[in-house]
Amino acid sequence: MSGPEAGSTSGGPVAPPLEIHDLTVAYRDKPVLWGVDLEAPAGKLIGIVGPNGAGKSTLIKACMGLLPCASGWVKAFGHPVSESLGRIGYVPQRESVDWDFPVSVMDVVLMGRYGRVGLFRRPSAEDRRIARDCLDQVQMLPFADRQISNLSGGQQQRVFLARALAQESDLYFMDEPFAGVDAATEASIIALLQGLRDRGKTLFVVHHDLPTARDYFDWLLLLNLRVVAFGPTAEVFTPDLLQKTYGGRLTLLSEVAEAVRAKAR
Amino acid sequence: MTLVPDFSVQRVFVDPWTTGIDSHGMMALVTFLVGCTCGLVGNFLILRRMALMGDAISHSVLPGIAVAFLLTGSRGIGAMVLGAFVAAFATHLLVEGITRYSRVRPDAAIGIAFSTLFALGVVLVAVFADRVDLDQDCVLNGELPMIPLEPPVHLGSLSLGPPPLVRLAGLLVASVLLLALFYKELLLTSFDPGLAAALGLPVSAVHHGLMLWLALAVVASFEAVGAILVIALLILPGATAAILTERMVPRLVLGVVHAALSAIGGMHLSVALDCSPAGASVVAGGAWFTLAWLFSPTAGWVPRWWRSRGAA
Repeated sequence: MSGPEAGSTSGGPVAPPLEIHDLTVAYRDKPVLWGVDLEAPAGKLIGIVGPNGAGKSTLIKACMGLLPCASGWVKAFGHPVSESLGRIGYVPQRESVDWDFPVSVMDVVLMGRYGRVGLFRRPSAEDRRIARDCLDQVQMLPFADRQISNLSGGQQQRVFLARALAQESDLYFMDEPFAGVDAATEASIIALLQGLRDRGKTLFVVHHDLPTARDYFDWLLLLNLRVVAFGPTAEVFTPDLLQKTYGGRLTLLSEVAEAVRAKAR
Repeated sequence: MTLVPDFSVQRVFVDPWTTGIDSHGMMALVTFLVGCTCGLVGNFLILRRMALMGDAISHSVLPGIAVAFLLTGSRGIGAMVLGAFVAAFATHLLVEGITRYSRVRPDAAIGIAFSTLFALGVVLVAVFADRVDLDQDCVLNGELPMIPLEPPVHLGSLSLGPPPLVRLAGLLVASVLLLALFYKELLLTSFDPGLAAALGLPVSAVHHGLMLWLALAVVASFEAVGAILVIALLILPGATAAILTERMVPRLVLGVVHAALSAIGGMHLSVALDCSPAGASVVAGGAWFTLAWLFSPTAGWVPRWWRSRGAA
């Protein structure tokens, strides 16, 4: 299988890009994610929202096998994640790495190719061409030779995005790709993500800002230790379900009420 | 008796390269090889903020050697190196174990592991003093001046040099090869272990491999410069290079340059002051670091001050 489209033409049921069954993750015996069950549709831009400490990053890391699961399993494209890593792209939180690291923008984007380069080999001319192309897509090509410590927050985020593009995956997990970027960058990033979705990719994006979540994402995963709701944005972005997700946090709820009213108009 | 011998350009700068090349040159070469290998490993320790692991592993050499003596009763280099190596790797596993299975953070775990193991070594040497004929000074400070006197290793009719020199040269060649083969894995697991794991790279195998490399470098080096000074040679080349450049490969190369300059500077210093050549090269290495710190074109204090003066 080379992509979701290829699977559908071969006949028979198509394995979903992501299938999670009864996933529980614990940190020092304290569960931080409880009994997550879901089956993601292909070709959707999916937002993961929930309050701080809801387990959004944990869910992403557990899906990719970066954290041990207390119970349950995760499958990507019908296979255990460890067998599907070549089809999964990852954008970690920007603060998770040391931006003083002695590498250039190009070096970082090439890292996205390392999974395909293979042991004992160096990135090829083709890998470099793909990396340059990905940098171009995020308008960072002029910065290719820049040392990464000389970048602004938004530029760093775009470099991470280019690196994920270079992975040429079918399923993406992105941990707060909009954190610390300006409005113009945010708009160009969301356009890029929608472009990926239009090419049949499935994207899970951890997002912090509720009002924009409704506009950005096709589907939403409302998370607070458990899955509160998972479905098309129009169906799950309701005051009722959001209140269940965020509890009684007044400012936020009034914000949401505002957003829902605006939608009704 | 004067504290500092009379200074003579001939004796300090010329003689080591001419009449004294057999001993001084050999000692400088050994120091350079130590600084090279340790500097290459050290660059990655610095990137991973694990500089203290060098301390930990070098301190564990003492108990390792003591136990090797007790078990084998042999002072042969084989038992010594094996004992030191096992202890060095055990230290790494102990630090990992403490970090993973307790709430103690890695820096504290390193502190616990190496101080305890080192103390264990001191106790072992003291308790079994009658059976362990071990010179602690040698383990801690090395015996660089003895190396040129050792009978050389022969390959056929070719004399390769004293055994420690041959061992260190072999390790350096192996280190450069390993670095070339696993460069991208080392780079990515240091920069972003999360992505490395997500790409299916063997993150923990690379980590264990790096610690294995560190243990080998330390064990091969302590004989020459001692278990304490090796810590300096692990960190100084990489730290100096980090001040001078923001790119990885130039950093590795500058680390090698630093090792060479430290060895040569140490040779002249030890002749001038008539002191331990190992100690003198670390002092020289520290001096090069200070110079880089002050005068690095990008990050140095003096150029920065000069630029701000021009701007004002």
